[in-house]
Amino acid sequence: MKSSVITFPGSNCDRDMDVALKKFGFNNKMVWHNDNELPKSDLVVLPGGFSYGDYLRCGSMASKSKIMQSVINFAKSGGLVLGICNGFQILVETGLVPGVLLRNKYLEFICKNVFVKLDNKDNPYFKNIDKDIFELHIAHNEGNYFCTDDQLKEIKDNNQVAIYYSNNKGQIDEISNPNGSIKNIAGIFNKEKNVLGMMPHPERMIDQSLSGEDGSIFFKNLIKNIK
Amino acid sequence: MLVNEKIAIEHGLKTDEYKKICELLKRTPNFTELGIFSAMWNEHCSYKSSRLHLKKLPTKGKKVIQGPGENAGIIDIEDGDAIVFKIESHNHPSFIEPYQGAATGVGGIMRDVFTMGARPIANLNSIHFGSTQHKKTKNLLRGVVQGIGGYGNCMGVPTIAGQTSFDRSYNGNILVNAMTLGLVKKDKIFYSKAAGLNKPVIYVGSKTGRDGIHGASMASASFDEKIEEKKPTVQVGDPFTEKLLLEACLELMAGDSIIAIQDMGAAGLTSSSIEMASKGNLGIEINLDKVPCRETKMTPYEIMLSESQERMLIILENGKEDLAKKIFDKWNLDFAVIGKTTNTKNIELYFENKVVANIPVNTLVENSPMYDRKWKKSKLPKKNKIKKEIYNEIKIKDVLKKILSNPNVCSKEWIWQQYDHTVMGDTIQKPGGDAGVVRVHGTNKAVAASVDSSAVYCWAHPLTGGKQVVVESWRNLISVGATPIAITNCLNFGSPENEDNMGEFVECVQGIGEASKYLNFPVVSGNVSFYNQTKEIGIKPTPSIGGVGLIKDYKKMITMNLKEVNNLILIIGKTEGHIDQSLFARTILDESKGPPPEVNLFNEKNNGESLLNLIDKDLVKSAHDVSLGGIITAISKMCIKGNKGIKLMTPKNLINKTEYLFAEDQGRYIIEINPEDLKEVSKILSKDSVHYEELGVIIDNEMIINEKTKVTIDELKSYNSNWLYNYMDS
Repeated sequence: MKSSVITFPGSNCDRDMDVALKKFGFNNKMVWHNDNELPKSDLVVLPGGFSYGDYLRCGSMASKSKIMQSVINFAKSGGLVLGICNGFQILVETGLVPGVLLRNKYLEFICKNVFVKLDNKDNPYFKNIDKDIFELHIAHNEGNYFCTDDQLKEIKDNNQVAIYYSNNKGQIDEISNPNGSIKNIAGIFNKEKNVLGMMPHPERMIDQSLSGEDGSIFFKNLIKNIK
Repeated sequence: MLVNEKIAIEHGLKTDEYKKICELLKRTPNFTELGIFSAMWNEHCSYKSSRLHLKKLPTKGKKVIQGPGENAGIIDIEDGDAIVFKIESHNHPSFIEPYQGAATGVGGIMRDVFTMGARPIANLNSIHFGSTQHKKTKNLLRGVVQGIGGYGNCMGVPTIAGQTSFDRSYNGNILVNAMTLGLVKKDKIFYSKAAGLNKPVIYVGSKTGRDGIHGASMASASFDEKIEEKKPTVQVGDPFTEKLLLEACLELMAGDSIIAIQDMGAAGLTSSSIEMASKGNLGIEINLDKVPCRETKMTPYEIMLSESQERMLIILENGKEDLAKKIFDKWNLDFAVIGKTTNTKNIELYFENKVVANIPVNTLVENSPMYDRKWKKSKLPKKNKIKKEIYNEIKIKDVLKKILSNPNVCSKEWIWQQYDHTVMGDTIQKPGGDAGVVRVHGTNKAVAASVDSSAVYCWAHPLTGGKQVVVESWRNLISVGATPIAITNCLNFGSPENEDNMGEFVECVQGIGEASKYLNFPVVSGNVSFYNQTKEIGIKPTPSIGGVGLIKDYKKMITMNLKEVNNLILIIGKTEGHIDQSLFARTILDESKGPPPEVNLFNEKNNGESLLNLIDKDLVKSAHDVSLGGIITAISKMCIKGNKGIKLMTPKNLINKTEYLFAEDQGRYIIEINPEDLKEVSKILSKDSVHYEELGVIIDNEMIINEKTKVTIDELKSYNSNWLYNYMDS
């Protein structure tokens, strides 16, 4: 299975994602933001970091970068595009997934483990996964997901919510919401479910010695689904 | 502008220093030259008051690849790998502008590390604020934490450990010390020593602006009412550009184009060019018209003294300019050939086709002033006589609550949750433990690092305090299963021109030296920050020690979380009941006199090495060193982290139970072992002549101190976890 990780000049989770993808069997290539063309890929990942410094709205400059036109075309033709953290911020800026990501409610960067509940397994990312509640890691300053009422209705009608922040029992409550995201939304699909943006970092949870291993389950399942 | 003595004094120089400059040059310096002298001869760059004493520190060892004198120290961690590390202060700017001051402190220390060819793999920090009641404290804390996070998070380097304290002596002068560890291959280390004639001198990174002019001079003066006027001397950080600079430099370093490289830190282009020339015993010629400037009409004086961030100076091999330029173009960074190395041994500056400065390099470096300042020796204070009856009135549970929620003991989660501590995917011990631990990527090795200081002990008796900080660092590394290798120090003191403050410095350095020599734990890098004072009053002497150790097999790393019910808890090291200068004495008895706990280096070494042996034999399930707040504080933290309780045993020795629980005797660790291993463990400890006692047994859910006193783990958590959150919300 072939994957590509896009490296923007300020990406800083690109190596971690490369390590994770390779660990679970992907043949991964790093792709420079200034390139025009994507290599042949089964999965394209927009990694975490600060793409172009993010002194403007996070991800807004990255969404206009050279390689993104190819990524957008790839997504529109049904290719799998996964955006993590800054990658999610870039995805909302391209309009591939709806909504925006605002600054965290308490105006502070947050780095910690959270629980998320899967909402929808009818998609290439979570199909066949034998777990509903995941412990994952977040590290962001702008992860406060927001959308209009109309967008929210459409998102719900189309089953586009991928994961919600929850407690360890899967209850979606305010106390489990780390950043003020509307309805505790932590990750979201496009209508067709081939594009997924989420704030948590599964690539930081891929071995026992790290914060946990639930990221491994995500990647193992993903490569199985692609095969 | 014509230069005279008055202008020299305005630059922070003393009359006799100005005279010496005129003598050395055999003429009056021009304005640009005066600026260069003032930048090179201030305390921050010249170490004029400290050099004499720093020479006495042990800096060599089998594992030391590079000691002090370079951008950072380097130690060998085997298999061709090395760790580059250093700690540095950014105190004055952080008080004036906490976000930018702290951010650029982090940026500066990371540059020191990647200048040497190392990729930064971990950041740490030691930050000290005024009383929690002081009106500025909350905003300063918030700003500093956000600044440290803002820079480190964007760089993608995990912040894995730190230390935060509050003390009213920092009310008008906070401390922000930042430390970075980088990983490099032993045969790919880069140094700042220039070599060869007519080699191109390259400027890369951000453009030069008017920010930070005279920053180093500001850092070499005391604060007064006019401090707010100094805001323009604080630099503004751009972590994104630094990330580009890091990647571009490492890309260029992969080849063989670089002869020498030096970041532009304090005193910017001035100190970087002069240091490179000085180390290479060469001259350097710079055409200032070629320096990329952010603002128009910058004068030679401003260009030379700007402390704009994210800039590097490189001496390249001839003919490699195009190759290097291509890399910096790729990363969208400025690149300019601004000069060349010469055989004149002078620094020659040209601007608009005129010579604007011409100074022999040795006058700026070797001939810089060095002072043997007067200093006062401190006597060891007499022991307090504490009436034992006081203890009868004390309810241990109330005291425990006060101590665990004390600002200097409480959980600092509010702080470290704002730092990305897991990026790079190798953090195996997060902040909140005895030391942070990161794996050496792709290997079985891990590196542990801790940063410590004990200003109260140093204030009570500088010599003992200096030793204590080093042994605490040593213990913190051992507690996670790491073999301590070397330290870096950041020496934060008041004015060297004050005999008391200078005495604190001299004796703390002596204590650090004695301990590091005895433990074979050499000092490989560091920085001195004097003039931490407002008007006449200096801060408590605060040397921060950053220790680094190696864990050969990261699966053997130890954490402090209690692991299993029915396991035994031992305390290693003898408890004598030293209460003076303890947190208990200060917060419960309201007593600030007396000596700090004695440091017995033999015991420290012996106990530590014996514990490492136990860890190596897989006999230790959890461990934690005993420091501030004594045994009960240490075991409470182990309970909280492991979500387990303990039934404490009555101590067999005769000292008072309260003293037993709260004393801050040194050289002690609490460890958890499997009861089946007790025989083997006691055999090893006895053989090594290490004193130990059984402290208790792990149980569920509560800490049983005695039959009458029980505390649930949830209560312990609420004492410890909430204080800082509540404080920041209030």
